[in-house]
Amino acid sequence: MTDLTELGVAAIRDGVAKGDFTAVEVAEAFNANVAAAQTALNAFIVATPELAVEAARATDARRAAGQPLGKMGGVPIGMKDLFATKGVQTTAASHILEGFTPEYESTVSQKLWDAGAGMLGKLNLDQFAMGSSNETSYFGNVISPWRRSDGGNAALAPGGSSGGSSTAVAARLAPAATGTDTGGSIRQPAAFTGISGIKPTYGRCSRWGIVAFASSLDQAGPMARDVRDCAIMLEAMAGYDPKDATSLNLPVPEWEAGLSADMKGKKVGIPREYRMDGMDADVAASWDRGIEWLKDAGAEIVEISLPHTKYALPAYYIIAPAEASSNLARYDGVRYGLRDLPDGAGLQDMYAATRAAGFGAEVKRRILIGTYVLSAGFYDAYYTQAQKVRTLISHDFKNAFTQCDVILAPTAPTAAFGLGEKTDDPLSMYLNDVFAVPASLAGLPAMSVPAGLNREGLPLGLQIVGKPFDEQGVLNAGLAIESRAQFSAKPDKWW
Amino acid sequence: MSVDTATVAKIAALARIKVSEAELEAMVPELNGILAWVEQLGEVDVTGIEPMTAVIENHLRLRDDVIDADPLTGGGVRDKVLANAPAREDGFFGVPKVIE
Repeated sequence: MTDLTELGVAAIRDGVAKGDFTAVEVAEAFNANVAAAQTALNAFIVATPELAVEAARATDARRAAGQPLGKMGGVPIGMKDLFATKGVQTTAASHILEGFTPEYESTVSQKLWDAGAGMLGKLNLDQFAMGSSNETSYFGNVISPWRRSDGGNAALAPGGSSGGSSTAVAARLAPAATGTDTGGSIRQPAAFTGISGIKPTYGRCSRWGIVAFASSLDQAGPMARDVRDCAIMLEAMAGYDPKDATSLNLPVPEWEAGLSADMKGKKVGIPREYRMDGMDADVAASWDRGIEWLKDAGAEIVEISLPHTKYALPAYYIIAPAEASSNLARYDGVRYGLRDLPDGAGLQDMYAATRAAGFGAEVKRRILIGTYVLSAGFYDAYYTQAQKVRTLISHDFKNAFTQCDVILAPTAPTAAFGLGEKTDDPLSMYLNDVFAVPASLAGLPAMSVPAGLNREGLPLGLQIVGKPFDEQGVLNAGLAIESRAQFSAKPDKWW
Repeated sequence: MSVDTATVAKIAALARIKVSEAELEAMVPELNGILAWVEQLGEVDVTGIEPMTAVIENHLRLRDDVIDADPLTGGGVRDKVLANAPAREDGFFGVPKVIE
């Protein structure tokens, strides 16, 4: 029999439906991989093998009874530990939420269970999704399954903040996983680990029950091995939710059925501002290959300009911390999570002690920046200015989309870096999201697909950004690249 | 603009995060590095530009004016609300004494 853990979402769904194997066999195969990799990769904060098997049993029973199995029927997945899961600890990889066991289920995770998926466990991430390397988790670093081909065996970053998700999918611990993307947290880790991931249009997936970081930017999305699997899972995750004030009241398109790698009649924009001085040669070459692939698929290539590109990151690092400082005010040691009550302390001292003990260094840094830029006397100079620049960045995209249907760019400026290489300098870490953040600020659908390996044998991703609501155009361009890149590399198993 | 130790101490107090003297000393250059970098936004001409309020056009709606319209977010679930509280007493959250 084939190794079931080599199968993706579509293959598992179809194989279970046909009776080639049972959902329980699939769940048990992935449960075994999760358990075997935990010490070396640290991808999960909590494993829930019993829940994966329970959901699989239900799928097998439905099949025996001749009932429909759902879009994700029989597919076990990893759940980023930012989604509230009823009865299963939900921490956002923080100490302050350690032990928090929600009494409710997030909308997106509930939709996935309703579609027949089962949960392998809660995936590690950067604390409160703040980071680009999964080095800010209270529960330890996630290690990428990839290693450089130089034989040095240096531990590499799986990207962040969805680093547990990217590692789990790349290492065959899960056929797919949920991610969330605030400023690149789905796309950059997908690029670092040779998998696919899509952030849909802001509002497609409900934010209800997702631990909030920056609410005007946060969007959930799938991370999986290929474009088709992403399309299937996004269909299951998306949809209107009255409990989220910014949820889009639109029907969910049938993205899988609409997949086509034919780009005839489509225009692909190449933003000149993204070709930066000193760009990594392998990344530039990969981008050029992507252009040729889309030409080969029938697309016309047009040069476009996104003039405010260089201001996207600084605007993001005002807006996101500002929203975070407000969102994270709820962690006060009163209603849930950690409480640190020093002897004789009053309420205010308890708040300050709890938050000092419960938040990691990067989270504190961002809360302080956010508090500063929102404080009296500085609000207009920082926050209002950043929101105006955000409007200009959004205008840039609107103008560009009068000349093209989708935009092609690298996902990240480099391949995966080593753990510890950027932790001493927050700015150098932030710069890793330079290509990912503009689409986030404009709320646009954007995806990363694997495009090849660099000279060190590490994956590089290409990013496609689309018009609002045009996930289909993004997925189709992704498929056109995927079918030409023929990316089949996977990490050698060392764990 | 740059911040000094006193300013960072004030921000930390506003954010209700206790920081030691040593942490303050370390944070000042870090925050100044980030603030100096975001300062470049000042060079963008934003004349006549409205600050972004909604990234994707959407209209704010009102829910039906019905009690417990959605049982998930409705009332009558005191025990669930209190279930994760670090301290609770007689159906309330427990906190240190706040009134002398």
